[in-house]
Amino acid sequence: MQNRAPAKGARLILRVMALPSSQSHLIRVQLFARYAELLGSDSIELPAQGITTVADVLDRLRALPGGGGIGAATLVAVNLRQAKPGVRVTAQDEIAILPPLAGG
Amino acid sequence: MGFLSFQPLNLGDLLSDVMGSGRGGVASFVGMVRDHHEGRAVIGLTYSAYEPMAEAVCGEIVAEAQAQWPVRVALLHRLGELRIGDAAVAIAAAGDHRDEAFAACRYVIEELKRRVPIWKRESYADGSVEWVDPTASGVGIGESGIGERA
Repeated sequence: MQNRAPAKGARLILRVMALPSSQSHLIRVQLFARYAELLGSDSIELPAQGITTVADVLDRLRALPGGGGIGAATLVAVNLRQAKPGVRVTAQDEIAILPPLAGG
Repeated sequence: MGFLSFQPLNLGDLLSDVMGSGRGGVASFVGMVRDHHEGRAVIGLTYSAYEPMAEAVCGEIVAEAQAQWPVRVALLHRLGELRIGDAAVAIAAAGDHRDEAFAACRYVIEELKRRVPIWKRESYADGSVEWVDPTASGVGIGESGIGERA
């Protein structure tokens, strides 16, 4: 698709037009069990700006009132799979913050 | 869907699912709600889950067990409010012989505890409630007094 772009100018305009909508994106984070209680909701929307990885999401949540209780043993799931801190996230991903598991 | 249930578990249903004329060994495990936890009297508990992920991970674990051993496995975890003595999780594994049935059953419960996003909120006789955190060291409260102090 790149090689049939009409001209440099046209590409630039597309990029400028895309900017406001991408900035307004929110990253929705699901919270469970104790973390939902700590933050007072089972779902929180964070401005996407400045968030590129799982670690960024955790940093942002920990800065919220009640977020200090999100401990080191926290797991993060991206699109239903456990994700390490360096995994990249976007507003399109399903992100969930999981307290230490206690099933069984 | 199929590994989580808000209804009481019936081990017999799981055994029926896995048994077959060629399967000579059937092992099962049932995790029950206990009346105590780290020295405190428990009166009931509530299980909750990140349901779509829990279903997906349970499916992976069962598939792994069935790939690793020649067995057929059934698994069901209860959600919602449970009372003392209720079954919280039930597993049945059937194979030609007992070895693979026991091994698969053990594998499924250990992996479930390690990987499936389910949480347990216990209600205690003193009126308090608490989310159970297996990663927290049971400092101070354990009746044996030998809690790790890591």
